[in-house]
Amino acid sequence: MNERNHLGLIGGAALALAVAGGIWLGSHGLRHFDPAVIGYALGTLLAAFAVGYRFVTWAQRPPSRMYFRRGLQLLLSRKQSTGVAPASATTPPLHHSTTPPPYGAGTLGHALATKFVTQDFIRRRSPLRWVMHVCLSGGCTLAFAITFPLVFGWVHFESLPGNAEIYTVKALGLAVDQFSVHSAKAFVMFNLLNFSAVIVLVGLVLAAYRRVTDAGELATQKFFEDILPLLLIFAVTVTGLALTVSYKFMAGRGHGLWALVHMVSVVALLLYIPFGKLFHIFQRTCSLSVSLYKKAGQHGPRAHCRACGEDYASQMHVDDLKVVLDQLGFDYRFATARGRVHYQDICPACRRRLLALNQGRSIGR
Amino acid sequence: MTSELEFFIDPSRCIGCQACVQACAECGTHRGVPMIHLDYVHRPTGVQTAPVVCMHCEDPTCARVCPADAIKQDDEGIVHSAAKPRCVACSNCVLACPFGVPKMKVDFDLMMKCDMCYDRTSVGKKPMCATVCPSGALYYGTREYVAEFRRETPVNEFRFGRETVRTKVNMMTAPQMKALPFDVADFLPWEGQDFDPLSLARAGAPDAASSSVWDEESLPGTCGSGNCACKQQPEAAAIAN
Repeated sequence: MNERNHLGLIGGAALALAVAGGIWLGSHGLRHFDPAVIGYALGTLLAAFAVGYRFVTWAQRPPSRMYFRRGLQLLLSRKQSTGVAPASATTPPLHHSTTPPPYGAGTLGHALATKFVTQDFIRRRSPLRWVMHVCLSGGCTLAFAITFPLVFGWVHFESLPGNAEIYTVKALGLAVDQFSVHSAKAFVMFNLLNFSAVIVLVGLVLAAYRRVTDAGELATQKFFEDILPLLLIFAVTVTGLALTVSYKFMAGRGHGLWALVHMVSVVALLLYIPFGKLFHIFQRTCSLSVSLYKKAGQHGPRAHCRACGEDYASQMHVDDLKVVLDQLGFDYRFATARGRVHYQDICPACRRRLLALNQGRSIGR
Repeated sequence: MTSELEFFIDPSRCIGCQACVQACAECGTHRGVPMIHLDYVHRPTGVQTAPVVCMHCEDPTCARVCPADAIKQDDEGIVHSAAKPRCVACSNCVLACPFGVPKMKVDFDLMMKCDMCYDRTSVGKKPMCATVCPSGALYYGTREYVAEFRRETPVNEFRFGRETVRTKVNMMTAPQMKALPFDVADFLPWEGQDFDPLSLARAGAPDAASSSVWDEESLPGTCGSGNCACKQQPEAAAIAN
């Protein structure tokens, strides 16, 4: 077993243990844990292990590792003048200056707000796609935010002794709210999952429309990556709504069966997350490091093309990429009679020109 | 049994007409954005242009340096644009590609690149650029056709210093060549050198517009120019796709 897998197993076990510990502590030693939802809890633990494993093995890849290390370095560096230690023995040091860095918590907060909350970059790609994604991610986040604390036993409801129509909300064993089951608040609280299901359904309809009408998507989409997650989310949403329909309008008929099917669909979705498209939820954390990296690059020394002299990237980026290429086993160094050249020191536009010049020379034109 | 269709590039034939750029944007997977690059090699001293599509490397550097695992190569060897959910717009791929192919669309926070018009080539059609290229600089067809009607030989191996890159797309080179070695020393400015090395670009019109390529006598067998009145126009069938 290589080091990446070994670290991945440790990461997976650590995350699964953290979730198990959270369930144990949050439910007061399982006192508030509902045995009826044990399937969901076990599915969550398995998914947590797989997510931890996948995340750590992915984050160990040379380019990912470089960004995460640089992101942490940049976030924690107070002043560039103090100098920041290299991310590793093979990582060039950050560039020095006497001014405070223009990147840090503010840049990170902005990146969190625009990339995770408002998802502004998707709106710029396509407004319709943005609505779709906000519905899917928002609806699913709302649903998970409700169900995870309930499944883990972190939140539960108790009726008052002597008045079964007054509910007390207990979070981590502490009473945090109280309401009548006939109040508007009760209606909202009891139906939040149904509201989230409707929001998700809107997103699913838009996603399905895009999947069957967009020529580009039709050509490139794959069942496991693009269709299966929609089917899984659809199954979870519809079976969840079926539970409400069963107890509200059908006197509970078929409720046991729907509950079982719903649990199976939820566990299937949870287990799909680490292995398929939905893992991007975790991979996009890298974009936070990239935001800091770009900001630092804008204010640091710039790289100028070895051929045309134009500014084409930050020197930090070019230097880091040389390290990453070495780690990946690529060697784009030229040893010429006139000196050494690394192809990374030539801008992309000049590389295209060199392609034409070398091809022309080869055929005498 | 039909021969496999392949992509052949001969930048020396490019006349800089921009037809490929316009057509490229029409491709379904490109969403109105041209993915082909068409640069002047050195405009102050000449009109030579360099059309560059993705070479679809066997071991794509762009995919290997992607921190988000966003660039995928399919079973046919096509290296696709960055997966939209995953791309974090870091530009690693843009800087690392030895051919300078990936484009960072800053507005979209997304890397996009030539995918050989996957919506077309995956169903047996030609890429848009090769469909409209009037000079044969971008040709998509059979190896047999190229062997019969071109003087040059296609290679798909490139040597960048110590690195050898093999690609799905072919580059036309001299007949005896097995690989295209990149020379950088002659094209870079060095201390004490008093001229701009990029001015080594061809100054005049490309050969595709001159008789050196289109001269009927230079082509083996039959007329392949498409410009004459004879009945033998072998490219006509290929272009019809």
